[in-house]
Amino acid sequence: MADDSCKKPKTEMLDELEKGPWPSFVKEIKSAAGTSDRAVDLLRQLELSYQEKKGHWKHGGLVGVLGYGGGVIGRYSDAGEQFPNVAQFHTLRVNQPAGWFYTSDAIRALCDIWERHGSGLTNMHGSTGDLILLGTGTAELEPTFQELTQAGFDLGGSGSAFRTPSCCVGMARCEWACYDAMKLCYDLTMAYQDEMHRPPFPYKFKVKCAACPNDCVAAIARADLSIIGTWKDDIQVDESAVTKYASDGLNIQKDVCDLCPSKCMTWDGRKLGIENHECVRCMHCINVMPKALRPGKDRGAVVMIGGKAPIMQGALLSSVLVPFVPAEELMETLQELIRRIWDFWDEYGKSRERVGELIQRVGLAAFLEGIGLDPVPEMVAAPRDNPYIYFQAAKDGEK
Amino acid sequence: MSAPSKPRLTDIGPPHYEKYLHPLIKKNYGQWKYHENLAPGVYCHVAESGDRIYTVRAGTPRLLSVQTLRIFAALADKYSGGYLRFTSRNNLEFLLDDPARIEPLKQELIALGYPVGGTNNAISNIVHTQGWIHCHSSATDASGLVKCVMDAVYERFTHEDLPAKLRIAVACCLNMCGAVHCSDIAILGVHRLPPKIQHGTLPKVCEVPTLIASCPTGAIRPAMVDGKNSVAVVEQQCMYCGNCYTVCPAMPMNDAENDGLSIWVGGKVSNARSAPQFSKLAIPFLPNNPPRWSEVVEAVVKIVDVYANHARKYERVGEWIERIGWPRFFKLTGFEFTRYHIDDFKYAALTYARSAHVRY
Repeated sequence: MADDSCKKPKTEMLDELEKGPWPSFVKEIKSAAGTSDRAVDLLRQLELSYQEKKGHWKHGGLVGVLGYGGGVIGRYSDAGEQFPNVAQFHTLRVNQPAGWFYTSDAIRALCDIWERHGSGLTNMHGSTGDLILLGTGTAELEPTFQELTQAGFDLGGSGSAFRTPSCCVGMARCEWACYDAMKLCYDLTMAYQDEMHRPPFPYKFKVKCAACPNDCVAAIARADLSIIGTWKDDIQVDESAVTKYASDGLNIQKDVCDLCPSKCMTWDGRKLGIENHECVRCMHCINVMPKALRPGKDRGAVVMIGGKAPIMQGALLSSVLVPFVPAEELMETLQELIRRIWDFWDEYGKSRERVGELIQRVGLAAFLEGIGLDPVPEMVAAPRDNPYIYFQAAKDGEK
Repeated sequence: MSAPSKPRLTDIGPPHYEKYLHPLIKKNYGQWKYHENLAPGVYCHVAESGDRIYTVRAGTPRLLSVQTLRIFAALADKYSGGYLRFTSRNNLEFLLDDPARIEPLKQELIALGYPVGGTNNAISNIVHTQGWIHCHSSATDASGLVKCVMDAVYERFTHEDLPAKLRIAVACCLNMCGAVHCSDIAILGVHRLPPKIQHGTLPKVCEVPTLIASCPTGAIRPAMVDGKNSVAVVEQQCMYCGNCYTVCPAMPMNDAENDGLSIWVGGKVSNARSAPQFSKLAIPFLPNNPPRWSEVVEAVVKIVDVYANHARKYERVGEWIERIGWPRFFKLTGFEFTRYHIDDFKYAALTYARSAHVRY
């Protein structure tokens, strides 16, 4: 009896979250609790949090695997005596395969490792993109890591590191991919393993690869370096397919032309006209008529910089750094840009200052000069409207 | 520690994605022509070669046990040649080459309790954070809020009857892991009291200069307390972000009665039509009321319903509000406009109404 009540703790509050049609995370924890004492104590501590309306986790502290400075989020319970099996409840961030593709065998291999070493609970996936193995003790970290690497997996980033890059499904299953986002994501991940596993920066640095301006990975909002696919030439039009959409009842004037942000489209009832040099590549018309319209053939990406959530100096969206990089030049260009950005950030960034905040502090113009990029009008929504200009002394040879 | 039996591997990076791609995907990689939406949660992508790959999408709670993951793996073996993937919003996708298997897979998923949907003009799965499951700085739980809200808008996941797509996110504190700040509807955990400084432990566990530098508003000052180096907080300057607690565990923020939720609306990350934008404050504070958070659920359902009834086709929440104006948004939802809705941080002036364009 005693054993049974320990395995099945009383969870009146959490039981309420097993009701209703949406799949329940409480059922998941209870399922893991069948084989893991850590999951049992997680349930018990979580029930207490629900009753007290208060979290019971303490800070990280330095835990990890040999030779790495990240990839593990240390976590301790502040009620460890009450819930000894979650007194240590560290998380491993496992670098996900690009595009979050798996085989059933890979999933089972990961499950087997995690059942042996941890709570049996995961997140598929964490906010940055990693596969999260949720909750184990310090002594299990290194053995888990060694089994993971033997199975072909490695840890992702945490702390002031190059964080695990993530990407959309891209060319694997999307006709709008303007560059190979999965390949770029993988190549960047491999190129910066050292910076990912041994945090060298003032703060975190995130890269996200979205293969078109629909931005299914929220690159513009969540990445310091946002690589957003686009194209330079004309939208590809299949006129017979446009006609078919119209005859099937799509109101092309109202639903397409009138909603075009740059008003670059016309429809006379028979032919769709597009002033491509006025098109801002927003994707609306293509989203509405995927069988008739496609991005152009001269594809690549706009490289944007500075996106982040509020901590510390307020949220920022990334802004244009390079208006267009051809798809085949992306990796080389990005590596050069990243090197210069990191050099500048290393030199001038304050502790816990994201690149976007550094740019806000020193000004985009100074940042551009620092990394050796010329200013272009695509970088701004509008030129300045205040006259407080810091003119620089003319350099030798300049007028 | 005993010597490992195999050579210790490091810095190998993730497995290469190619080994996890369905043969049809590998064959048609980069050669997709168009797609069709066959039903909520079901896509057909057609390649230049004429090949077709079918996707069946199901919602998950994101927090998944190994037992459930093995069930997903078995489903993949049974229906999709062992191939599956997850989406950026924590949905599960099976990739099928045989359309005859779509319906049986759907039925099996639904019978197991995993709804099929989340595509196009549906409410997709809620991106969220760890909350009380695993976070030290959370003002609330995240998984529980997601469960309650998705229970309430379940039919909006399995049907595509909204004017446009609608993306909801939950973050349990101002760190906002996940794109909460650019969501159609964002639920954000907030603290409302300054940190309770633990002067006894602070000098032992924190670096005072780092702690002082961590405050976005400069509210933390050095102070001597009982002859030891500690800090004082200028309470009027504190906006309860919790950044100090992240660098110093002796500055706890949790407070059961004063922590709660705020609701934000109108953000987006897509460039379609309008530019990406941040979510804006709709409700500054709702009580933290587990396990079912009825006040939060009611507010979200209210926004969804008012949006569904008033927005034009293709308008995201933010685009709809932009057209009708914020005064009408507050009128239609019945939410109170308060002093807290007026920004007073950096760039605040940019949010003031700087024209005589007023709707009556």
